[in-house]
Amino acid sequence: MKKPNKQELIWIGLAAFVIILVIPWLNAGTSPDSFWHVSNFSVTVYGKYLCYAVLALSVNLLWGYTGLLSLGQALFFSLGGYALGMHLMLMIGKLGQYKADIPDFMVFLEFPKRFPETGGLPPHWIPFKSFWFAASAVIWVPAIVAFIFGWLAFRSRIKGVYFSILSQALTYAACLMFFRNDFTFGGNNGLTDFKFILGNEINSPGTKRWLYVASAILLLLTYLFCRWLTMTKFGLIQRAIRDSENRVLFSGYATASFKMFVFVVSAVIAALGGALFVPQVGIINPSEMAPEKSLEAVVWCAVGGRHTLIGPILGAISVNALKSYATWAFPEQWLYLLGGLFILVVLFMPKGIVGIPEQLNGFRKRFFKRRDPDTVPFTQAPTLEPAGKE
Amino acid sequence: MKQEFVLTLEGVNKSFEGFKAISDLNFYLDDGELRVVIGPNGAGKSTMLDLITGRTRPDTGKIEFSRDTDLTRLNEAQINRIGIGRKFQTPSVYVDHTVSENIWLSLEGPRNVWATLFSRVTPAHKERIDQVLNLIGLTTKANTKAGLLSHGQKQWLEIGMLLAQNPRVLLVDEPAAGMTDEETVKTGELLLSLAGKHSIVVIEHDMTFVRQIASKVTVLHQGHVLKEGTVDQVQQDEQVIEVYLGRKKKGTH
Repeated sequence: MKKPNKQELIWIGLAAFVIILVIPWLNAGTSPDSFWHVSNFSVTVYGKYLCYAVLALSVNLLWGYTGLLSLGQALFFSLGGYALGMHLMLMIGKLGQYKADIPDFMVFLEFPKRFPETGGLPPHWIPFKSFWFAASAVIWVPAIVAFIFGWLAFRSRIKGVYFSILSQALTYAACLMFFRNDFTFGGNNGLTDFKFILGNEINSPGTKRWLYVASAILLLLTYLFCRWLTMTKFGLIQRAIRDSENRVLFSGYATASFKMFVFVVSAVIAALGGALFVPQVGIINPSEMAPEKSLEAVVWCAVGGRHTLIGPILGAISVNALKSYATWAFPEQWLYLLGGLFILVVLFMPKGIVGIPEQLNGFRKRFFKRRDPDTVPFTQAPTLEPAGKE
Repeated sequence: MKQEFVLTLEGVNKSFEGFKAISDLNFYLDDGELRVVIGPNGAGKSTMLDLITGRTRPDTGKIEFSRDTDLTRLNEAQINRIGIGRKFQTPSVYVDHTVSENIWLSLEGPRNVWATLFSRVTPAHKERIDQVLNLIGLTTKANTKAGLLSHGQKQWLEIGMLLAQNPRVLLVDEPAAGMTDEETVKTGELLLSLAGKHSIVVIEHDMTFVRQIASKVTVLHQGHVLKEGTVDQVQQDEQVIEVYLGRKKKGTH
């Protein structure tokens, strides 16, 4: 029933053009001395931001649109990362420190003694030799975890802060589990030292550029998907659940199924972001599931402006750009800065970055009203031009 | 011959941590009837609606819809889908959606996730939405966000959302609460016009309003039916006066 906002689509198209085509071209097609050149390092950093933006969109689909404040979304991001990371580990071949057939950490942890019949490779690692199996696991592993958690939580009608706390406990529990060496996922070092992806050298500028483009396309597709979803009847019900869950339930909709669906979908979205994140940064370890990672993603949404789709993307990119700068300029103070930013936004910018124009407009109106003696308070002054419909 | 009721509650009991909210309650609703339930605070009026709509389960007793549907085995969404709509005491509408979207989400139709992903507003939907909006007098507000409506308009919208589901039974909890006199009269007229097509149970405190709409009144007291009859019969009943005005000394406990 919503009219698509054409203006917004034009801006998205422009941004997508710059991010997907112009930046890679500036990286590959200009000389490093040029003012316009984008360095290889920058491309990887931008790619990382785009993956975080995908994570932010998934948080927002839950928090901004369904009213489910999940504090464990980084778990699904990490699961996606681990699933692809396992494949990348197996692609290292004999190029590791131990020159062995199995990843270094398996040699180091004496896996050949534990799994002698497979030469040290834990049985569940074997199918991950196939890229396509790993790629499918990026989707179904988080989906199953989200489904089980969602089924338990939503069936027992766990709501509000209780849901938030449980989701945080889930990611913390997973974090502790992945820290254990005998859990077969590399313990606290996680998975790293990747060499190849689909036969290409993973650290070559060309591969990095393609991974960046893939992240950009994933972000665009995720955005378009969320946009479509929020405009369907399903999207209306999502927001109805946020605003008045009882009314929805007593209108015949089994709200638990709807919440479960959103929870699984957003887990998969987060996992796709994580899967593209890992080959770009070159490492995935359990600290990526630590509760504060999920909290950060919530801050991105709040800063950018939840209840919108653009907000979380802007928030993820701007907060991470700030983080890159701040952790370099004053590393000790970064967490205070993040906390302060969150408080500032909650107190003074409830609609985040996307709400700024509206807020400025409000200030401007109030300012002019005070100076105009003819304006009667509490009534709408007649406008000469028709209100901004285009 | 056994008469067929649209709602049957027989020997229903419900306690909350030792407090007996509903005690041996018998309640029968005829098809197409408009019944008003009154009673002092804590008489169990809202609990009765909770029991019918599946929000709570009775400890003992029978709650049936139509001839043989056992409501105690169904959940809230299922009970709604078989034709029992409930309006809450505080208006519950989707504040972020327009008035017509509110109605659209409530229209009869499939309620599963897949159906809602690919459902569009059809001309038939539009016609039905207009019809409902006309009935509740919100035609001019069709594209207003529900959050911007006045309190009374929200109450009507919620009644409209119930009607959109075309339920057999409407359970309406204090529809006139917080309304102006004029709005109250309009609400009464709306409910009267719906009786016959739907069976309606209205919980109400405002006796002027009760007078306007009721032909038959049920008085609840301590989770039990104290008296049933016309407004006049009920208002002149010794026991009812006692309960409401507390003329005699309370029990000896």
